Amino acid sequence: MKTYWRSIEELNNPKELRREEVREEAKQKSMLLKGDQELNASSRRDFLKTFGFSIAAASIIASCKRPVDKAIPYLMKPDEVTPGIADYYSTSYFEGNEYGSILVKVRDGRPIKIEGNTISSVSQGGTSARIQASVLNLYDDARYTGPSKKGNKITWEDADKEIKLLLDSMHSNRDKVVLLTSTIISPSTHEAIREFVEKQANTEWIQYDPVSASGLLQANQVSFGAKIIPDYRFEKAKVVVSFGADFLGTWLSTVEYTKSYTAGRQLQDGRKEMLRHYQFESGMSLSGSNADVRFPIKPSEEGAILLALYNAIAKAKGGMVLPGVQSSIDISDLAKDLLENEKQSIVISGSNDVNIQLLVNGINQLLGNYGQTIRLENPLLIKQGIDQDIDRLLSEMKSGKVKALFVWNANPVYDHPKGNKFGAEIRKLGLSVSFSEYPDETTAACQYILPESNYLESWNDFEPKAGIFSLAQPVIAPIFDSRQPQVSLLKWVGKEINYRDYLQNYWKENQFHQQKEISDFKQFWNMKLQGGVFETQLESKLNYSPDGIKQAASRIKSAGSGIEMALYESIAIGNGKYANNPWLQELPDPVAKISWDNFAAVPVAYAEANGLKNEDVIRVNGMELPVFVQPGQAKDTISVALGYGREIAGKVGDHTGKNLYPFVGEEDGNRKYFISAAKVDKVPDKTYNLAISQTHYSMEGRSIVSETTLNEYIKNPVSGNEREVEDLAKAVTLYKEPVYNGHHWGMAIDLNSCTGCGNCAIACQAENNIQVIGKEQVRNRRIMHWLRIDRYYSENPENPKVSFQPVMCQHCGNAPCENVCPVEATPHSEEGLNQIAYNRCVGTKYCMNNCPYRVRRFNWFQYVKNEKFDFASNSDLGRMVLNPDVTVRSRGVVEKCSMCVQRIQEKKQLAKLEGRPIAEGEIKTACAQSCPGNAIVFGDLLNPESRISKLFKDKRNYHLLEELHTLPSVGYLTKVRNTNA
Amino acid sequence: MYKTDIRGKLIDGDKSLTQISQDILAPIDAKTPTWWYIAMAVSLMMFAWGARSIYVTLTVGIGSWGQNNTVAWGWEIINFVWWIGIGHAGTAFSIFLLILRQKWRSSINRAAEAMTVAAVICAALFPLIHMGRSWLFFWVFPYPNTRGPLWVNFNSPLFWDFVAVSTYLLISASFWYFGMVPDFATIRDTTKSKIKRAVYGFFAFGWTGSSKEWLRYEGLAFVLGGIAAVLVVSVHSIVSTDFAAGIEPGWHSTIFPPFFVVGAIFSGFAMVLTLVTLMKKLYKMDDFITANHVDAVCRILVFISLIMGTAYITEIFIAWYSGSEYEVFTFFRNRITGEYAYQFWFMFIFNALLPQLFWSKKVRHNIWIVFAISICINIGMWLERYIIIVTSLTKDFLPANWAEYHPTMVEIGFYVGTIGMFSAAVLLFFKYIPQIAIHEVKMISKYNTQQFDHLKPGHHDYE
Repeated sequence: MKTYWRSIEELNNPKELRREEVREEAKQKSMLLKGDQELNASSRRDFLKTFGFSIAAASIIASCKRPVDKAIPYLMKPDEVTPGIADYYSTSYFEGNEYGSILVKVRDGRPIKIEGNTISSVSQGGTSARIQASVLNLYDDARYTGPSKKGNKITWEDADKEIKLLLDSMHSNRDKVVLLTSTIISPSTHEAIREFVEKQANTEWIQYDPVSASGLLQANQVSFGAKIIPDYRFEKAKVVVSFGADFLGTWLSTVEYTKSYTAGRQLQDGRKEMLRHYQFESGMSLSGSNADVRFPIKPSEEGAILLALYNAIAKAKGGMVLPGVQSSIDISDLAKDLLENEKQSIVISGSNDVNIQLLVNGINQLLGNYGQTIRLENPLLIKQGIDQDIDRLLSEMKSGKVKALFVWNANPVYDHPKGNKFGAEIRKLGLSVSFSEYPDETTAACQYILPESNYLESWNDFEPKAGIFSLAQPVIAPIFDSRQPQVSLLKWVGKEINYRDYLQNYWKENQFHQQKEISDFKQFWNMKLQGGVFETQLESKLNYSPDGIKQAASRIKSAGSGIEMALYESIAIGNGKYANNPWLQELPDPVAKISWDNFAAVPVAYAEANGLKNEDVIRVNGMELPVFVQPGQAKDTISVALGYGREIAGKVGDHTGKNLYPFVGEEDGNRKYFISAAKVDKVPDKTYNLAISQTHYSMEGRSIVSETTLNEYIKNPVSGNEREVEDLAKAVTLYKEPVYNGHHWGMAIDLNSCTGCGNCAIACQAENNIQVIGKEQVRNRRIMHWLRIDRYYSENPENPKVSFQPVMCQHCGNAPCENVCPVEATPHSEEGLNQIAYNRCVGTKYCMNNCPYRVRRFNWFQYVKNEKFDFASNSDLGRMVLNPDVTVRSRGVVEKCSMCVQRIQEKKQLAKLEGRPIAEGEIKTACAQSCPGNAIVFGDLLNPESRISKLFKDKRNYHLLEELHTLPSVGYLTKVRNTNA
Repeated sequence: MYKTDIRGKLIDGDKSLTQISQDILAPIDAKTPTWWYIAMAVSLMMFAWGARSIYVTLTVGIGSWGQNNTVAWGWEIINFVWWIGIGHAGTAFSIFLLILRQKWRSSINRAAEAMTVAAVICAALFPLIHMGRSWLFFWVFPYPNTRGPLWVNFNSPLFWDFVAVSTYLLISASFWYFGMVPDFATIRDTTKSKIKRAVYGFFAFGWTGSSKEWLRYEGLAFVLGGIAAVLVVSVHSIVSTDFAAGIEPGWHSTIFPPFFVVGAIFSGFAMVLTLVTLMKKLYKMDDFITANHVDAVCRILVFISLIMGTAYITEIFIAWYSGSEYEVFTFFRNRITGEYAYQFWFMFIFNALLPQLFWSKKVRHNIWIVFAISICINIGMWLERYIIIVTSLTKDFLPANWAEYHPTMVEIGFYVGTIGMFSAAVLLFFKYIPQIAIHEVKMISKYNTQQFDHLKPGHHDYE
């Protein structure tokens, strides 16, 4: 090998030369440090070194590995569980007097989503926001983890032994034992309770509903001889008149009513008729905001108006006119409309006054609605509590007659008007047992807490309407040490049985014989368990008798003077049972758009006259309430929601809002949900923050919700939608419009079918792991809901017209958000979806500004695993509800509706595996799947046969902000009002 | 050489070259005045508040600010655009006046360039911190990577924004620094302090003042100046596309690039005026920064102010002429009237009307009025950005989304912090860097003085 050398010195003594070089370098460096000017030039090298080091260090730090989370696979995989594949089980929901037949999506052993069961004739595939949110209750941190006695843990054996001993001694002393439950519609549970009541001497079973239908039940007892709630069939009606009954929101079987109401109003496929809806009410309810004709009235005016209506109809029919008080409102047009639609109308009232309900029955009878639109074959059973019973219980406890109380699914200490007294009496009892799953005000007063299993962990059956049965099966093993109360009751009277066997036996003896198609019980059982429902036809032997109507009319009082405060159940929170559910707490009220609080809704004119504005505080009969100026609130009324102000509910529900139950009055033994002559004064200089998520009411004359009237629509289907036609004619663009091959996903929303109930918002929240952010952040207008429902008012603020519009990402073909992202985190898919790559997003928020629909949501904070957002995602238990198919977004990224891309991909994969095209209607987004109004249709716009393609060709179809040429994939169908009375 | 008689003498006091060096370097060697320490303490306190605000933002999240789903940009972008605008002064001064052969610039350009660098650093902080995940800011760089590779979106104004601002910062900082090298060498050679000699010697890059060095120095200045001249126009044009490329009413407008560039120069010159009046008063630099300098800047401001007024009126006219109901709403019901009318009219008065006072020579020569108006213009320009961002975002297409926007203390702190940072930087500049380019002033010091007039080629008297 050749030797190369640089200099003679190197050739002679390379080692010495190297040493010399090093010495020289060190010398230069030391000179540099001393500041020798000639060598300062070498600082350039230092600069480069420092620069290079900094860049290298920065890039190493930036590329640090994130912590790794490990997933442990099954050692022995259960047969029915395939990781990554969801199973659906049919079961039933019945809580808080609300029934729904449902499918539960179970992923890797965890129930994560509720879907509607389409084969049920009651809920017909629809759900409500509360049903959707109920899956979160399963993972509530507040749940009892096992039985306890006076706050100390106890084993089931010990508890059983002690209670049995006490029960036995009571049995021998014939002490009175009371089982207090909410309405129970489970036939097998009825049987279990019957066994308990039979064997335990002197036992009474009392059903108690905090917001009861007592008056309605008793009126029907008089009119039909049975305490029933009839079966209302809105789809058969042409005219619906509701007096204070929010049948789309909270009154009885709302999902069923919404299904049939919207069926009676939809105008798709060339239908040219729709039912007309009149609403008399004080506060602006969900039903009232959907009404074609709305009369704001004081609650006390209702009786007089009904009487006038009765008399007008009776007069026209040649019947007897009943004497009584005079109505302040002219109802002749309404009477005329009803008379023109005999046998095709429904009159309902939400009142708990027997006399009013008797008048309603009388009107329906005069109109011949019974047997037509109001059926008696399958009466509704979901509310059976009679108010007198619970009041009697309280007095019997006071007198010491009752020695033991078993409370199941009832919370009288909170929701009874005399709750405090109730609590004090329970504390005095010798034996008090609560079966509650969660801590509440009543469990705090009880000695024993024997937690029941969540409904998703339990076997059960339900009979929401007579003859219509459904089964409930556990979809997860009990997470905690809980037991179904039926098992406990049976055990204490000496029957040791697991509840599935009991249920199965019960069905074998009872339901199995009601059908003839299946001869083998096992097969029958499996089929019904799989489908979830078993429906039979019944015949009604009930006949109307006009008894009592005359007396009822004479008892109708004239309208009171002064301000009246109406109490109602809110859409999200209902009677307050679910106050600890953060999804529901954060769901904005559909009309007021307020979450996390109840508030005093005051009329606009009253607010102006008294200098009140939103977030001021007023004192109503001594209770301070935040003010919300509610357009459409009747003169001289204030509306406040029940169900808030829980004291023992859990970290979310405690002390949100005010408890109004103590204000619930009483009349003729029944609860009265309004108070007369309320004393109202302003609390000066005090404000209370309300989480209002929409602050502007008017559409500002812009064509956002296009609407027309039925007459106009029949004349010209384009009416109300002229803007769309004009925009399409004028649309010009420099750019090529996107071309789709394969699929182009789209969504059509029928504004005529949307009632604004909010079910879709919660369905979306459950499906897409949307985080709860709490009151302050909602107030800061940062709500995370991907799907929001905009609400606009028009015309007279004293009684406005209301429009609802669900708005989610419009998946624009020409999306303004896409081209402004510097890192291309939000690209357009080949199937027309506007996507977000969360892990590419750096959070410049430019896309949010550039979205004209403002559907993009930013993760302003870390909402998961953050003490400051201690709602659902701060504990391992709470996070079990997360959908593994959807990324949980971190702080600092933008998110929005993806049109449930995970569902699209799942079905596409399935279709590919099976070698077939995707069937029409196979893919349903979460919002569309459970919509109780069937307002949302999802599908492939490229398939000319698809439902969505047809709806897009409908003359009513338009796109939001069409004039911006964003080419949305979401279409809206104009709202049609049937106002021409 | 041009006729300078109109301007009169560029430097007062008939100083010798040594005198010039001594006068300009006086603040560096002199005892630091008490007011400097007080001002520095205040600046550092403001800066500390800003640092805390940034810390809160980075640890808690952008949620600590007042933005919401409707108004996703707020003070941070207002301040960004404001600072960038101020940052236009230095280069505009140095380059435009260089091209226009306005020799009087030499007394001011150093301060203006220093201000530019400080302002651009302040500006750059805002878009960096306002990112939801600012630790991933380098994803905005187009560079080959292992993530695909994933490239940036060349359609996005934000990408170009990033490129423009970082280039501008680099070029203006280099331009400023290399301009100082001969002066650092002067300090190195004249100072008696060993530390100063070492430090300034380090920064002087071994400058000896040989003709070869001067040749290279001039060459570099031309190259950097040439690039910077383009950048002055491009930076704010690109910043304006952040809005103009948006769909929002009040943003989507082709007038924005020139409107923004002019606005930026306007605010930059106003800030130069603020700074120069301070230098005049605090460091007695009256001989170098004469009343004529202030006068000249004021005249420029009158001119730009007229352009600003025209732009405002054009915007309003076009909003009406477009017939777009959203534009009409934004301009007529949310700017000139409505919730934000105060801000709009203050902006209009401060930017379009108040500078018209500079038509009067009396006003131009009253240093206090000049100072007050320069501050008003800075406030007016801040309000302009406020109007553009807040009025458009709070009330756009769908009224259901309309939301208010109020800054939180964290945002205010961040802004105050950058002001503190800016003033601290300026104070350091006053103390440690020759406030006026010594070598440039020496070059012009003898022009227009009697004894040299007869030496000037082509000279003839106007008198």
